[in-house]
Amino acid sequence: MSERRYRVTIEVNGVERQAEVPARLTLVDLLRDELGLTGTHVGCEHGVCGACSVMLDGEPVRSCCMFAVQADGSRVTTVEGLEQDAGKLSVLQQAFCDGHGLQCGYCTPGMLIAAQGLLDTTPDPTDAQIRDAIGGNLCRCTGYQQIVDSIKLAVARLDGRSR
Amino acid sequence: MDANPSERDARLFRYIGRQRAPKENPRFVTGRARFAADVSIPGTKHVALVASPYAHARVKSIRTGAALAVPGCRYVLTGEELCAGTNAFLIGVDAPNVKRYALANGVARYAGEWVAAVVADSRHLAEDAAELVEVEYEPLPFVVDPELSARGAAPLVHPEHGSNVLYRRKFVWGEVERDFAAADHRAELRVDWGRSATVPIETFAVVAQWNAATRLLDIWASIQMPKFPDQVAQALRLPGNAVRVHYDVDVGGSFGVKRGIKHTVLAAYLARKLDCPVRLVEDRLENMRGGDMHGPDRSFDVAVAFNADGVVKSLRIRALDDVGAYAGRSPLQLGKPVGAIVGPYRIGSVEYEPISVMTNKTPQEAVRGFGQAPTNVAIEAAMDRVAAVLKMDRAQLRRINFIRKDEFPYRIPSGSSYDSGDYHAVLDKALAAADIGELLVKRDLIRRRGGLAGIGIATCLEPSGGNSAFEPLFNPKNETTTWMDSCLVRVDLSGSITGVMNTSSSGQAHETLVATVIGEVLERDPDSIRVARADSLCALPSNSPVGSRMAIMLGGAAAGAARKIRQTLIEIAAHNLGLPAQALRYEQGDVIAAGDPGKRLAWAELVEIAHRKFHRMPPGREPGLQAQFVWEVPTGGTLPGADGRVQMYPCYSFEAHVVLVEIDPLVGRPTIRRYVCGHDCGVKINPQVVHGMTYGGIAHGIGAALFEKFAYSDEGQLLAGTFMDYLIPSAQEIPQVEIVDHCTPSPLTTFGQKGSGESGYLGSPAALVSAVNDALAPIGASLRALPMTQKAIWEAIATRTSRHRRESAAA
Repeated sequence: MSERRYRVTIEVNGVERQAEVPARLTLVDLLRDELGLTGTHVGCEHGVCGACSVMLDGEPVRSCCMFAVQADGSRVTTVEGLEQDAGKLSVLQQAFCDGHGLQCGYCTPGMLIAAQGLLDTTPDPTDAQIRDAIGGNLCRCTGYQQIVDSIKLAVARLDGRSR
Repeated sequence: MDANPSERDARLFRYIGRQRAPKENPRFVTGRARFAADVSIPGTKHVALVASPYAHARVKSIRTGAALAVPGCRYVLTGEELCAGTNAFLIGVDAPNVKRYALANGVARYAGEWVAAVVADSRHLAEDAAELVEVEYEPLPFVVDPELSARGAAPLVHPEHGSNVLYRRKFVWGEVERDFAAADHRAELRVDWGRSATVPIETFAVVAQWNAATRLLDIWASIQMPKFPDQVAQALRLPGNAVRVHYDVDVGGSFGVKRGIKHTVLAAYLARKLDCPVRLVEDRLENMRGGDMHGPDRSFDVAVAFNADGVVKSLRIRALDDVGAYAGRSPLQLGKPVGAIVGPYRIGSVEYEPISVMTNKTPQEAVRGFGQAPTNVAIEAAMDRVAAVLKMDRAQLRRINFIRKDEFPYRIPSGSSYDSGDYHAVLDKALAAADIGELLVKRDLIRRRGGLAGIGIATCLEPSGGNSAFEPLFNPKNETTTWMDSCLVRVDLSGSITGVMNTSSSGQAHETLVATVIGEVLERDPDSIRVARADSLCALPSNSPVGSRMAIMLGGAAAGAARKIRQTLIEIAAHNLGLPAQALRYEQGDVIAAGDPGKRLAWAELVEIAHRKFHRMPPGREPGLQAQFVWEVPTGGTLPGADGRVQMYPCYSFEAHVVLVEIDPLVGRPTIRRYVCGHDCGVKINPQVVHGMTYGGIAHGIGAALFEKFAYSDEGQLLAGTFMDYLIPSAQEIPQVEIVDHCTPSPLTTFGQKGSGESGYLGSPAALVSAVNDALAPIGASLRALPMTQKAIWEAIATRTSRHRRESAAA
């Protein structure tokens, strides 16, 4: 009952990665278990909590609800790929640190991806747009307030600059 | 410990109370944290679980052949084998025949209980094999209604125990009969707190590794559990020093529930049996159904006696709590509220009858506040009822009954002494921030336009500095009177400082707490101080971050250890300068002669003497520069009296919630239009961290009040096993919250701090009950069953509206 495997080629955080995967392997399991990128978290595995969010070709997606083979030929960015250079936090990451936009940190990678997706398309979002953008990401620690504030802090610091 | 810091002192701290981004944050925003599921050991095998589909069933047989034939499947563990090879877990009350193991012991007592565990090379293969395990069940009669269990009219969950009642006692503190008889008025009400929980986004995860050569079990787990290593060792029949728990694992939220004894015992048994590392990670359904982490499921019958002037004289509270199919520590969640059973009010007598019963449901575990949030809803609903009967302003009624700030320490009828507070000031601050006059105008405008709107007010206590005094209260065989915590501070040869704590954290920024406190005492930059976590073999005693205790207990321990270092440095300087210690002052690590600044020894020189120059050390001093401090909970050390009077937690934070809720009268949907929380938790070590926990607690309470419920069918099936039906509020449902700070330092703690880890959650459900009922009052409806879902609110409106129409037609 050996499972048939399929070759996938995915650009992950700017580096081309290849893997032989069974058809049922989810993208998040590929990232975490095969590629060692454990920054992306698994929360519900049914697409509600958003902890597993990654950028797929520039848009946030749920990596628990997607098979690795579906990502073949795509560009994926995980939380590990948000840093500008190794060790230099992005404006958004720094804002989450300074604004304490997290507590336990488990939902944080997904929140950052969702927020980055917003900033990529909407440089000057309203509060309602921010809450809408992270509305599909559940957090149990923060009550969302310091997350929203951190995103606003990033917006202010960016002030229209590219991210 | 320093005595009685005043509010003025709080402003003089160098680092405490100042804005400082938590030092933990960078690892979380870069994906460089390490959670239990991230622990990767070569050769690890993976567990999938087989769960009972029945609420109550005998396991007649388990056939494993087909599962074991799956390539990559290594083992199928049955309950029969596991229960024979492990001890039953410790429980909180005296009920030795209510035995629980990691797998069902011949009988599954709730739908979702694990009956077998499958181990394979990957999780996928383990799940394939788990589907092929053939279990033959004999369904048994079951009970889902806790009232039936309380009356003895139900099938027994544990026949060996002889009853479904785990604990029942009627406490009477003060002249309840007399006060009820003498009062001008009496009122009764029922409050139902639905079965919800904290439901962290990380499910429980554990990796266990057994080394047969060293006979040492290594555990990496997402735990928040007092005495976890001891309990795991006990269940596995190992000496305590054969279990090494790694506390440097980041825990993805807990708020009480991440206890994980059964998960860990199961993984550890398998690791030992199979001689390989074993990983068990709950999926979300396992977490919701078989993770044993449901919270209180409690009905209150409250009677309140009061006078025409609004003075509340006495309370009677019967609290029936459904803990599900096993005991654990859950019955004790009825005990903790004893320490604040009259809330912030001068109520002279109280009768409290906690009843803990079992049903065929998922077991209950500790949840944020340990039973205090439901109790606060009951107390606050009673206060609102008194105000309604007397047609009195709800805030004014509370002012009349508040303990005054000059009455502290104030001993309540159940024996606990409140340390300090200024409830009037905090409520007034919250009302002012909310602009209560303007809020009333807004409410009435909505009403005039045909809408429903209500203002909620709740004023509640947050007992803090958890001491577990409910253990001896609820179990006379348990004589626990200490619940200490500890810290080790070391200064290395380079002069760098490391604080060592002895437990794991789940988002409370304890590393920041320890660094800030050590920095404060030693006058060194907290950002330069590293905080490490000992594993359980190297650790000093800790009772984990439960009961809003770490600011007090870990903060106090870190300060105690740092003060020893500071004293040592002064003594080294005194010895080398030939001056008495009293003639020296300590300044940012240097020690300077008080009258002669030229005579001094710098930090680096003092550290070098301690580490290298024993000939320059004061006689009798040990070499090196390290100190440990183990601190007992302030007020600890006494057992409860025969009448059940007991000093529960030492410190009492206070919160005053003011909220405006609008309800769409057509569909029943509630929307929170304004939310203000006045909060006094004494001196804040890090205000940003405290605010964060309070915002989160309020959101969690909004979930419990309006959305979240582990509903069960009449057949005992869990109806909310996913996030599609157990509704966790998102950023769309949670409003912007305004926190108004106040500071009444505690006289019992090092810097005047109190606890705040449970803040917000202890009052927001009560505030929402108050608001929804204020909104429903004009149509004569009420709703005191949580969660007050949109459907429940709609039904309450529809029932009243149709009755109103019938009555109008009849007239």
